[in-house]
Amino acid sequence: MASKVLHAYYDDDDVLMLAVKKVKAAKHHIDEVYCPFPVHGLDKAMGLAPTRLAITAFIYGCIGLAVAVTMMNYIMIEDWPQDIGGKPSFSYIENMPAFVPIMFELTVFFAAHLMVITFYLRSRLWPFKKAENPDVRTTDDHFLMEIEIHNNENELKELLANTGAVEINISEKNSH
Amino acid sequence: MASHYEAPIRKALVIGDKGYHDVTVDIAAPVEGRANKHWWIVFSIAMVAFLWGMGCIIYTVSTGIGTWGLNKTVNWAWDITNFVWWVGIGHAGTLISAVLLLFRQKWRMAINRSAEAMTIFSVIQAGLFPIIHMGRPWLAYWVLPIPNQFGSLWVNFNSPLLWDVFAISTYLSVSLVFWWTGLLPDFAMLRDRAVLPFQKKIYGLLSFGWSGRAKDWQRFEEVSLVLAGLATPLVLSVHTIVSFDFATSVIPGWHTTIFPPYFVAGAIFSGFAMVNTLLIIMRKVCHLESYITVQHIELMNIVIMLTGSIVGCAYITELFMAWYSGVEYEQYAFLNRATGPYWWAYWSMMTCNVFSPQFMWFKKLRTSIMFSFFISIVVNIGMWFERFVIIVTSLHRDYLPSSWSMFSPTFVDIGIFIGTIGFFFVLFLLYARTFPVIAQAEVKSILKASGDKYKKLRDAGKPLYQINGVTEIVETVKEEEKTIDIDDKEVSALFDTIGVFNADTDTADDLKKVKGIGPKMEVTLNEIGIHTFAQVSKMTEKEYDLLDSITGSFPGRAQRDDWAGQANKLNSNK
Repeated sequence: MASKVLHAYYDDDDVLMLAVKKVKAAKHHIDEVYCPFPVHGLDKAMGLAPTRLAITAFIYGCIGLAVAVTMMNYIMIEDWPQDIGGKPSFSYIENMPAFVPIMFELTVFFAAHLMVITFYLRSRLWPFKKAENPDVRTTDDHFLMEIEIHNNENELKELLANTGAVEINISEKNSH
Repeated sequence: MASHYEAPIRKALVIGDKGYHDVTVDIAAPVEGRANKHWWIVFSIAMVAFLWGMGCIIYTVSTGIGTWGLNKTVNWAWDITNFVWWVGIGHAGTLISAVLLLFRQKWRMAINRSAEAMTIFSVIQAGLFPIIHMGRPWLAYWVLPIPNQFGSLWVNFNSPLLWDVFAISTYLSVSLVFWWTGLLPDFAMLRDRAVLPFQKKIYGLLSFGWSGRAKDWQRFEEVSLVLAGLATPLVLSVHTIVSFDFATSVIPGWHTTIFPPYFVAGAIFSGFAMVNTLLIIMRKVCHLESYITVQHIELMNIVIMLTGSIVGCAYITELFMAWYSGVEYEQYAFLNRATGPYWWAYWSMMTCNVFSPQFMWFKKLRTSIMFSFFISIVVNIGMWFERFVIIVTSLHRDYLPSSWSMFSPTFVDIGIFIGTIGFFFVLFLLYARTFPVIAQAEVKSILKASGDKYKKLRDAGKPLYQINGVTEIVETVKEEEKTIDIDDKEVSALFDTIGVFNADTDTADDLKKVKGIGPKMEVTLNEIGIHTFAQVSKMTEKEYDLLDSITGSFPGRAQRDDWAGQANKLNSNK
């Protein structure tokens, strides 16, 4: 379905923040903001929910630790217990000090990689993915606010013109 | 805005009159430009060294480890020395990007990208040595926990050498992912600037389709923070585990509990020295002096001084503990290091690592670029000697004086070492030509707080931004082609928007005050009927176009000089 969207361009992050606050105060829904760099506080001003990636990292880390313990318990204690350097493999807990380095490394390995993979999938980032920023300037020095138009074109235009937008662009958008 | 506040006492991290777009241009310049002659010369030298090293590696693998200078007593020498040296160098990158991120040190942003690249490239060199030393590198997968074909005999999880496998591979892969995630927005910047379709395709592929949505940035920042939190203990664990290779043995001189912190400090020390070596050259070659400033070099020198002093304390503690332990073997190992046949290696180490960084107490010396470069080379050499001293001098005189011997490297030992240096520089030089060498998105995010331009504005009490009064409205939905005919209708359309000058009630302004309007243009404008600032200030794109078509002179000039904006100011100041 094609819909009409309004793109307001800003060339300063402070102006953008003020504009976002004004648009939110006027009870309009901001569909998206494209930025060339992270603008602190923008997510809160836009009303975005906090990300839960840190929580996933914690869970992945726990999985990594569990994998390390299970693996080394099976290999060193159950499957083929050996007496290496006069230190027999009786039980996992007794031999644990020697296993700490790998327990730690696998915790970090799982937490870091799975979190990043989750991030890439959630934000739809992968090789051969086509970029979706509407204007090439948004990776340089312009900030772009995207608002969908529902028969309120002039009202929006007037509102945004007063927020210091350097350019307002109205175009068709094919929602995917 | 308060969010960009920074204490006035802090010096600018980005010097020069740099706005957001300038950062983009400056950082894309080395990638978009062509390689100069110097690049090709250095690249060729590095390539030759790399190829020589490859030859030596092939010779070693096809003939055997006997091609090295190892003997029955000194059975571990340059291979492990070079391994530890390269791993140590690889510590600065993650330290800069992770530890300094947790401490919110903004100066890391100009150097973290290249430091991380250096980390990855040097850990690759480090990883080569154990693999070559295996003798049959095609069986390298035997270090993984898989049962072999003779039954379920597994790798030994009690061995520090196996811990190394896990530590180094985790470190390399996590550093790579950390680096790449930070690169996505910068590759996207290069992609969106690319003119040639091939480059657009390549950078589009590398940027994973990064679009810079607010939600992406929110996640990006969270991921960076959590990765930094994970990488900080990781980087400390890696050299700790490398030091376990020695510390868990019973060889006098190796069997030391101080090794983990001492190795980590040494690793940071040598890593920062290598960062200084590389960046002092790169800032010059790539014209990045505005971003990698003397202040950055000074701060790195302070880290070098601090970690060098920690290393010095560790050396002295080792000597004290050897004496205090009362163990003859331990005492002899250290006496032999300092006064035995390898005294020159020991004292080179002491001079380079303990003595030379102390010059950095002097502000004049640590802010001198030439001196910093010189010390960084000295430290690199010293840290190589440290590993050589620890490894070879502890081995060459063992418990049985009849088996005492010396180590002398063969051309193969030297060749492989030189080859890894060549390989390292080949990778780094390719990186410097094709990657955004500074994390430009992050630099932009601190520009208002730490950029010279904005600091000056703040000091002068001026606002950091201005709300633009003129908004350009472009409608791409209904494309109406307007033909511009110069007729009275057009002129009257012009006055609909800007208003008519009434000679009875209004007074004419001196339009020449507007930059870009000369006496001749003023006459033309007056002829049309434009006399006041108020009229000019109401002009937009459409009126400019009309004006251009009416006057027929200097098309586009009014936009460029922003007549309306100027007139608006002049009008309000009247």
